[in-house]
Amino acid sequence: MRSLTIPSRGARNRPLLRLVAALLCLGLALPAAAADPAGLGAMPWWGWPMALFVVCFLLGIVAVPAGVGGGVLFVPIVAGFFPFHLDFVRGAGLLVALASSLAAGPALLRGGLANLRLALPLALIGSVSSTVGAMMGLALPAATVQTALGLTILGIVAVMATAKKSEFPTVTASDRWAQLLGMRGAFVDGASGREVNWQVHRTPLGFGMFLVIGFLAGMFGMGAGWANVPALNLVMGAPLKIAAGSSSFILSLVDSSAAWIYFNKGAVLPIIAVPSVVGMMLGARIGARLLTVLKASIVRRLVIGLLLFAGLRALLKGLGLWA
Amino acid sequence: MNAPSPVPLVVAPPGEQLRYAAWLEGTARSGLVLLVVSYFAYVLGLVAPLVPLDMLPTLWNQSAAAFMQQTGSPNGWGWLALAARSDLFNLFGIAILAGGSMLCLLTVIPLYARQGERVYVLVCALQIAVLLLAASGLLTAGH
Repeated sequence: MRSLTIPSRGARNRPLLRLVAALLCLGLALPAAAADPAGLGAMPWWGWPMALFVVCFLLGIVAVPAGVGGGVLFVPIVAGFFPFHLDFVRGAGLLVALASSLAAGPALLRGGLANLRLALPLALIGSVSSTVGAMMGLALPAATVQTALGLTILGIVAVMATAKKSEFPTVTASDRWAQLLGMRGAFVDGASGREVNWQVHRTPLGFGMFLVIGFLAGMFGMGAGWANVPALNLVMGAPLKIAAGSSSFILSLVDSSAAWIYFNKGAVLPIIAVPSVVGMMLGARIGARLLTVLKASIVRRLVIGLLLFAGLRALLKGLGLWA
Repeated sequence: MNAPSPVPLVVAPPGEQLRYAAWLEGTARSGLVLLVVSYFAYVLGLVAPLVPLDMLPTLWNQSAAAFMQQTGSPNGWGWLALAARSDLFNLFGIAILAGGSMLCLLTVIPLYARQGERVYVLVCALQIAVLLLAASGLLTAGH
C-alpha cells in the first residue's frame, strides 16, 4: 500500500516564497534598468508611478508576514532605486505608514489590542519630536540625510535580527507615572482564550525612547513600529499583542504630525504618494491572508536581507560611492 | 449528555475607544476614497493639473523647494486657492487622512471630562494643539 506523504509547511512555502522573492527582485531591477540608457530607455511619465505601485504592492505582501510596517521598507527601497528626490520619498513614506495605521486602527481599538491610555501620552511625546525631526530632515542636505538613513536602516536590521519578544512580560508593579496615567487594562488572548490583565513600568524611560523614535520617524519619513513594539514590550512590559496594536495606533498620531510638515513644504507629490499608499494597502490585504500559509520567520529573513541591501545602498549613495 | 459550549470571554474596551474607532474609520475611509477618485481624475487628464504630467520626470528628482520654485506651486495652505487643478485637488484627500485624528480626539474629550479624567482631557487637548501647529504651516513659513 502506497503511503501518502504530506509535504511540510516549509516545503509548501518554498515555491511561493521564491515567486515573491523573484517578483521583488524584478520590481527593483526595473528602476535600475531604466536608469541605464541602454536599458528600458526613457520611461513615459506614467512608467515610474506604475512601477512604484507594483513594488509597493509586493512590499505590502511581505510586510505583514514579516511583522514590519510598510514605511520602514518603503523609504530605503524607493529612495535607493527610484529617481524621486528624497524629500518626496519621505513625504510619501509617512503617508504609507499613516494609511496603514489608519486602516488597522479601528479594529485594534475595538478589539482592545490598542489601548488609548497607553498610547495617547506616548503619541503626544512622539508627535512633538517627529515634527522637529521632519523640520530638521527637510533642512539638511539630501546627501547627509541619505547617509544617516543608510546607517539607521542598518541599525534597524540589527534590531530586527537580534531583538527578542516577550509575549507576556512580568511587571510586578507599575511606576508612579503609569499609575497616574492609568496605563493598565485587560484583553482576551485569542490563542489561549483567557483574560490577561496587564500593566506597565519604566514609563519615564518609555517617554525618553518615544522622544527619540518620533524624531527618527519624522526625519526619515518612516513608520516607527520597528522601535515602538520593542519599547512597549521589552522596556515598558506591555504584552506583545498590546504593544503591537498600540504601536500601530501611536503611528497614526506621530506620522500625522510629521506628514503635515512635509505637506506644508510641498514635499507630498500625489503622483508618488497615491500609488505608494494604494499599492501598499492592497498588498497588505493579501499579505494578511498569506499569514496562515507562509512561515513568518522565513519571510522575516527575506525582509531583513532586503533591508540590509537597501540600507547599504542608501549609505553608499549618501557617501557618493554608489550613484 | 453534551456539555454546554463555553461562553467566549469578552473584555469590552472603554467607551472612548469605541467612539475613537468609529470616527477614525469614517475619516480614514472618506480620505482614502477621495484620494483614489481624485487621483484617477488627475492621471487620466480629466481635469487640468498645475504641473503638466509629462513635465514631472524632469522635476521629481529635485528637492521640494526647487520643485516649488520651478513650477510656481504654492507652499503651506496656498494650494487651496488653486484647488481646482487636479494635482492640487488630490491634497484634499491627503489632508483628511492626516487631519482625521484631530476630529477623533475632539470627540473623546467630552467622554474623558465626564469621567473626571482631567489628565486625559489635557493629553488630548495638547495632542490636538501639536497637530494643529504642524498643520498650520507656521513651523515651515519662511523656510
